Parts: sequence; C-alpha cells; structure tokens
Amino acid sequence: MAEVLIDAFKGLLSNIQDYTYLAMRSLANLLTAPRYFQDLLDQMDDIGVGSLAIVLASGFFIGAVMVLQTGSQFVRFGQTALTGDIVSLALVRELGPTLTGILVAGRVASGMASELGSMLVTEQVDAMRAMGTDPSRKLITPRVLATILVLPLLTALNDFVGLLGGCVASVFSLRLGAVEFWTRAIDALEFPDIMQGMMKPIVYGFILSTVGCYKGLTVRGGTQGVGRATTQAVVVSNIMIIAADVFLTKVALYLGDKLF
Amino acid sequence: MSSFATVDSAYAPVEFDNVRIGFDEGDILQGVSFQVQPRETLVLLGETGTGKTLTLKMAAGLLQPSEGSVRVLGHKVSSMPERELFAFRREIGIVFQEGALFDSMTVGDNVAYRLREDRVSESEIEPRVLEILRFVELEHAFDQVPSELSGGMRRRVSIARALITRPQIVLYDSPTAGLDPITAQTIITLILRLRDVYGVTALLATHRVQDGFALANFRFDPQSHNVVRERPITRPAADEPATRFIAYRDGRIYFEGSPEELAASQDPYLRRFLV
Repeated sequence: MAEVLIDAFKGLLSNIQDYTYLAMRSLANLLTAPRYFQDLLDQMDDIGVGSLAIVLASGFFIGAVMVLQTGSQFVRFGQTALTGDIVSLALVRELGPTLTGILVAGRVASGMASELGSMLVTEQVDAMRAMGTDPSRKLITPRVLATILVLPLLTALNDFVGLLGGCVASVFSLRLGAVEFWTRAIDALEFPDIMQGMMKPIVYGFILSTVGCYKGLTVRGGTQGVGRATTQAVVVSNIMIIAADVFLTKVALYLGDKLF
Repeated sequence: MSSFATVDSAYAPVEFDNVRIGFDEGDILQGVSFQVQPRETLVLLGETGTGKTLTLKMAAGLLQPSEGSVRVLGHKVSSMPERELFAFRREIGIVFQEGALFDSMTVGDNVAYRLREDRVSESEIEPRVLEILRFVELEHAFDQVPSELSGGMRRRVSIARALITRPQIVLYDSPTAGLDPITAQTIITLILRLRDVYGVTALLATHRVQDGFALANFRFDPQSHNVVRERPITRPAADEPATRFIAYRDGRIYFEGSPEELAASQDPYLRRFLV
C-alpha cells in the first residue's frame, strides 16, 4: 500500500516537473529564433475568432441573469438602481475573466490536447523533430502566446456583452432606464477593478494553453489516450483556473489597496 | 533530380557501439553494435517489438540509448544536446512506418515543409517539390491532402518529403508494411533508384525478408529506366552499392551477413523469415 502511494506521489512530482518545464520553455522560446509568426496569427484566429460565439452568447445571458438575481433582492430594499453597480463590478472583476477562461478552456484546451495528441500518436511530432523542427517552438509557443494575447480581448468583449445583457434585463424586468444602468455601471468601475479583470485572463490563458499542450504531448495509449487527454485537459485547466482565481483576487486586492 | 550529397568515406556513416535501450519493461536492445558503410543498404530484420524502429529513432537522435554510443555522419548523436540534433537531422531523411504526413497540409506543403523551415525562397520551392514528386510519380497529387491518398501514395509522399533536402542517409521504417505486393514493389523500386542512381546510404527496418532480397538481387538501370535482375552482390567494388542483413532476436544481433549467407542459412529461426 505504502509503495503504491509513494509511486503515485513520485508520478505526480514527475508530471509537475514536466509540466513546469514545458510551460517555462514555451515562454523562453520567445527570446531566441526561430519564431513562427504565421502560426501565431493562425492560432489567434482560431482561438479568438473561433471562441467569439460562445463567449458572446454566454456573456449576454450571464449579465442578464445576474440582473434578475440581484434585482430581485434589491427590490426588497427599494435599491434597484444599485443593480448596475453590482453587475458591473462582478462581471469585470470576477465573472467575466473566470467564465471566459472556463469557456475557452472547454473549447481550446481540449482542442489543443486532441490535436497535439493525435499528432503524437501518428508520429507527426516525431516527423517534425526528424525534419529539424523543435515542436515546442512550432506547436507550443504560438498556441500559448496566442491564448495569452487573445483571452483578455475575449474577456473585455464578454464584459461588455454581459453589461448589455444586464441592461436589457434591467430595462424590461426592473423598469430601470438604460442610461441610468450604464452610468452607474461605468461609474462603479475604478482602475484597480479593470486591472484585476485584465490581469486574470493573461494568467488563465497561460494555464489553459500550457495544460492543453502538456496533456496532448504526453498522450499514452493511442486514440483512446487522446480522448482521455482531452477530458483531462479541460478538467485540470478548469480546476487550475479556479484555484488561481483565489490567489489572483487576493493579489489584485492587495495591489489595488497599495498602489491606487 | 539534382544530385544528392555524398558521404565522406573516411568513416562509417552509421555506427552503433554496444547500444542498450529499454523502458519500464526492461532492455529491448542489449548491447547492439554494427556499422553501415557508404552507399550500403543495411536491412534490419526482426519480429515486431524487437527494436528495429528504436534503432532507427536512435540513429536519428529521436531517442537516446541508455548505454553505448551512436555515431551518424561523424556526429555522436547519442550525446548531442537537442538543439544541435535539430541541425544534424537536416542531413538525414526518415521515412516513417505509416508515413507520418502532416494531415492538415497538402502533399505539396508536406514535401516543401523542410525547405520553408530553411527559409528557401518560394520561387525555388515549387520546382524542387514538383521535381521530387515527379521522382515518386505523384506530381498530380500536389494539391491533395493525405486523407485523400492511398496507403502506398502516402508512403511515396513520405519518401519524397525525406528526400527534398537530398540527404546523405535515409532511414526507412518498414516502408512496405501493410501494402499490397504491387505497391510494395513500387516502393522498393524507389529505394533502388535512390541507391543506384544517387548513391544514398540506407538503413531499412523490415520484417519482410523479400524486401531485402529485392534490394540485393535487383538494380535500377538509369539508361533503360527499368529494374533489372542481377546475381546477389556479396563483395561489391568500392563504387558499387551493397546490401547486408542484420537480424535481431531477444535484444541482440542474432545474424549479420550477406544476402547469400542469409539465404543459405539452415538456422530454424532465420528460416522462419525465409518461408
């Protein structure tokens, strides 16, 4: 029994070590040539434009549902005007980045794991190495950088569409004026809130892309292994995003207090 | 097709010295030593799982042995850092068992891959790709994607991709595995052409002994553009290509010799390959 636990612990440590190496390497590759600019643009297109529909649709409905939930409580105190403040702060600081991260992880981390996993089991990664190409530069770095660059933009769009959904819900459900909602929503935001909201997706983008690439490039067991890696990529990246959220929120609140 | 780089005959292009490699299940190769001479084709025979593919991957520096040394074209690839290996691998060509073509790229892009990596100008790339596709008789497949090709066509594209930089050595991993006899013969003819016309040194892993005998008993005549039969070349002159066999068994070299010696062998294990 003890031996099994020790082996499992060693395996876990080994995975953490390999993941850390891959993650650090993905960024260190940027410092030296060759760099694959076209691959970066292709990935930005695939991740950014490709994720637009799910991010915008979910953002709109989340904003609307937040208004309905918070509004129903504010009505009891006659403070429905505060709805714009609450929805704005919650979306920009927390829900926008985290939900965008989780949604994009579902689509992108799984896609990376399955694509790279399939390439691995069909020896395409070996073929790439055999032709003198470093797969970490060609396959990993463009994906990681593209996700880091694109996720804050998707988050900003998610925030905006979420407020739009909140506005629609507040106008039709709480009978609030659209101008009043937007004025309060914008006035409630301060620079530390926006900084917090834009800092998080950078870290989430790094997490979901490196986890997706790592799971894809460590596939074992053929096509069945690819399916397993795909599921694991989503589960692990979502857990890591939510865990990172706790630390990032604490750091952002601390920095907000100290610097602004 | 333009000429291939020639191997410096001062050293053996491929040299394995007491190489061991294994995984969790134990050593798969247990102290293997052999050399491949310039313009020679060394046929690695063995059952599935005896370490043929591992041997090729070690020769390409894709895997590192746990013990021993591997030298290819004078480079000690068994101890080279990965960054240097990327540069080294541009000097060799590898044909993977299932082709390992990039399935999101067209045939033309697959073959041009290495040239684009080397920042060769686009005006130079297309004629070179067409020339090499003509060599494997797949010029018409330029715009097709791998999923539209048959198994034999994929293997030929893989050969074209390996040859695009005119390497000195080509490593073939079971190039005829899973192919019908006619398609397999097409692939063998290509390998003969490369050997006899361009003098390419080759390490060929297979479990089909007939592939090795075909390489030993036939040659490609550039004048008539045909494959012609000749008696096995056991002691070729310095400028003639030779074919030699190695058979793996239980992680060691069980047999090493000429096609004639293999054909004459009465060893029960080797006879199983010859049936």
